[in-house]
Amino acid sequence: MPRSAVPEVKANPGPTALHPPKIEVQGLSCYYGRFRALTEVKLTIRERQITALIGPSGCGKSTFLRTLDRMNDVIEGARHEGAVLLDGEDILLPDVDVVALRRRVGMVFQRPNPFPMTIFDNVAYGPRIHGLARGSDLEDLVEDSLKRAALWEEVKDKLRHSAFDLSGGQQQRLCIARVLAVEPEVVLMDEPASALDPISTLRIEELMHELKQHYTIVIVTHNMQQAARVSDETGFFLNGEMIEFGPSTRIFTDPADKRTEDYITGRFG
Amino acid sequence: MTAQAKAPSLRLARRKAANGLMWGGAVLATLAALVPLGLILYYVAAQGISSLNLAFFTQLPKPVGESGGGMANAVVGSLILVGLASLVGLPIGLLGGIYLAEFGNNRLGWAIRFAADVLSGVPSIVIGMFVLALVVIPMHGVSAVAGGCALGLMMVPIAMRTTEELVRLVPMSLREGSLALGATHWRTIVKVVMQAAKGGVITGVLLAIARIAGEAAPILFTAGSTQWWNLKVTQGPMSSLPVQIYLYAGSPFEEWHRQAWAAALVLVTMVLLLSIAARYATRGRMRLVR
Amino acid sequence: MSAGRPRRRGRLGRANLEDRAFGWSTRLFALCVIAILALLGYVLARAAHPALLMFGWGFLSSSVWDPVREVFGAWPFIWGTLLSSTLALLIAVPISLGAAVFLAELAPPWLRNPISFLVELLAAVPSVVYGLWGLFVLAPMLRPVEAWLGHRLGFLPFFQGSAYGIGMLAAGLILAIMILPIITAVSREVLLAVPRTQREAAYSLGATRWEAIRGPVLRYARAGIMGAVILGLGRALGETMAVTMVIGNTPTTSLSLFSPAYTMPSVLANEFAEATGKLHSAALMEIALLLFGVAILVNAVARLLLWSVGRGAPRGVRE
Repeated sequence: MPRSAVPEVKANPGPTALHPPKIEVQGLSCYYGRFRALTEVKLTIRERQITALIGPSGCGKSTFLRTLDRMNDVIEGARHEGAVLLDGEDILLPDVDVVALRRRVGMVFQRPNPFPMTIFDNVAYGPRIHGLARGSDLEDLVEDSLKRAALWEEVKDKLRHSAFDLSGGQQQRLCIARVLAVEPEVVLMDEPASALDPISTLRIEELMHELKQHYTIVIVTHNMQQAARVSDETGFFLNGEMIEFGPSTRIFTDPADKRTEDYITGRFG
Repeated sequence: MTAQAKAPSLRLARRKAANGLMWGGAVLATLAALVPLGLILYYVAAQGISSLNLAFFTQLPKPVGESGGGMANAVVGSLILVGLASLVGLPIGLLGGIYLAEFGNNRLGWAIRFAADVLSGVPSIVIGMFVLALVVIPMHGVSAVAGGCALGLMMVPIAMRTTEELVRLVPMSLREGSLALGATHWRTIVKVVMQAAKGGVITGVLLAIARIAGEAAPILFTAGSTQWWNLKVTQGPMSSLPVQIYLYAGSPFEEWHRQAWAAALVLVTMVLLLSIAARYATRGRMRLVR
Repeated sequence: MSAGRPRRRGRLGRANLEDRAFGWSTRLFALCVIAILALLGYVLARAAHPALLMFGWGFLSSSVWDPVREVFGAWPFIWGTLLSSTLALLIAVPISLGAAVFLAELAPPWLRNPISFLVELLAAVPSVVYGLWGLFVLAPMLRPVEAWLGHRLGFLPFFQGSAYGIGMLAAGLILAIMILPIITAVSREVLLAVPRTQREAAYSLGATRWEAIRGPVLRYARAGIMGAVILGLGRALGETMAVTMVIGNTPTTSLSLFSPAYTMPSVLANEFAEATGKLHSAALMEIALLLFGVAILVNAVARLLLWSVGRGAPRGVRE
């Protein structure tokens, strides 16, 4: 593919002192049984930025993402080596309380998965179990979360309707609101717009720009244009290894590794 | 994680405790569900084995007061009744199941499926009363045929649904291979599909038999009971193990109670073996029909 | 979509006929099921006709059952059926749901199938064997328990009267054991059908196992579990032999669990052989008709609930 096909990159400000490290990954390897999905991954995710992880299918980027909130624990035979430091503390240690961790590190999945409840109850689910708010405080929290997810205007009159009444794009924003309601510090997004139509996708991307003012965002995407559009830093994964990591402007215009360049210009993947 | 305020810790501890309670409750419930099984199997085995002997299978019941004797007529009678029931129930069940699998994706098919499910929920005694009115009264008396009809009716839903599921599981490629060679549809089904589903269909038959072999209510008034030999299937009562157990258990005679336990052991062993065989044969392949 | 039938011409018109005959004959057999149900209703109604005419709706509320004077009222039997089934549900549902949750959500994979199988074995035990066991093992075991209950909680109407072991409590217990397997098995399937993504969403929000099950999973499975419970109710309502052998077969309308009682299936089993006179038989047939109607209703509701969550449709490659 000709070089002119390289995606346009908005001039995102690079990492500055305003963005201290939030998550430091040191020598992370992940196994499903005997299969090694990740090998010695090392990178730093900075606070209140959007970090994108790209790579071909099966390269391990989703596995990496799921390690950050210990969601791999629910998979039989999954294990890890190395360390992942959240604010300096290793979350991979066995005595870490994953319930508390997952409040701080939330996840939005590829396909919207709203609960079979009302819109209000969906968003209120997290705050209720963690005891974050009750009564009118809870209503305020739900409203606030829906506003932050850019969904409030569309659902404010139908909070007691079933979440399944919403369109796909709206359901995904509902899932985002649901995560925001537990007041996380980090929001992980696993291909959040891949199941959505282009218009919904753009709205989610706009949303990400707003969200990054308050939250640290890590997104996995197979859509390079999207990664180039929204992210501040990007990591390229291939076969379970992290090949290259750095400011998105550099990765997409002047990658250091030939493999990165091949992927970006569409020679494979 | 450090940096937790005191109150959140308490709440977290409460949530963990609730989680632990759930685990405990679920495990307890599972044990509670298994204990009766153990108790029943134990008592049937313990009480039955002491009374079970060769005479049980070879001799007729002795008059009250005399010890010994057996239930030969009931054992044979049960076999005859199951055989007759299969003659009634299996054709309807198997052919009906084939219909549902091959032609049944329309409103009629769903109505039939629904009817079969509902039929399987009709109390067995009601089925017995139905056959009583329909067969026994016109025939002026109980008979093995009537009992077979009642039991056969009960086999229909199981046989139908099982056959349908198994025929559906046979891959399209098999059918297409046969049709492409110019075989007629029905030949395809009979020769190819049923061959492929053979094992499963046999399993379904076994399941249906296991279901009805232990039934007493439907044959109480249709096949009746007797202490003698009667091999005339269209005339006169036919004794069976389940009914004998019922009658003996309700009697005041110790000896008969012992015989009842022996009969229960035979019945339970047979039914359990059939069920285990059926379950083993279909493990993982299909959902067992209820 | 059924398999394509070859549409051929000429001498092959015969093949078309064969296939059509095959299609029609299987359809005929399948239709038998509907015919049987319809016939059932008709036959029972016709046999019950004299009693229907004679007693009307009062049949359901009257407690007089007198074969000599030829006056019949079915209320005690209805009461016995209702109470024993309710008792059975009260005991069985918590245990079944707990076991279903264990088998679907908590148990390690190697344990799931063996235990599910054991629970289903309970369903394979014939009714008369349950009755035999209930009569000679359970009832004697219950006597001291009932004595204790009467002693301690005798102020409650449920625990009054003398305790023989036989009676409503024994019947309720046996019924509970008998309906356990079906409620557990169907509930377990319903729980297994809840998509993994629901649980993942809950965990990712920081929920504990219990909170995930209590929230989205049970919500999702609600209709199906209700269907399972109603199926169990249907089984309990129609159960004959085991109940007859342990319930005491005395028409009463007492609230006491120690009291003997009578259920609709039991009176049919006991009295039909010696029914004196046409009206007596007709009254019994009316009870059978009532049972039939209730069983149909309950089962239809249960199946509809289960079909709505996709548990009634057969799997297979042809869909």
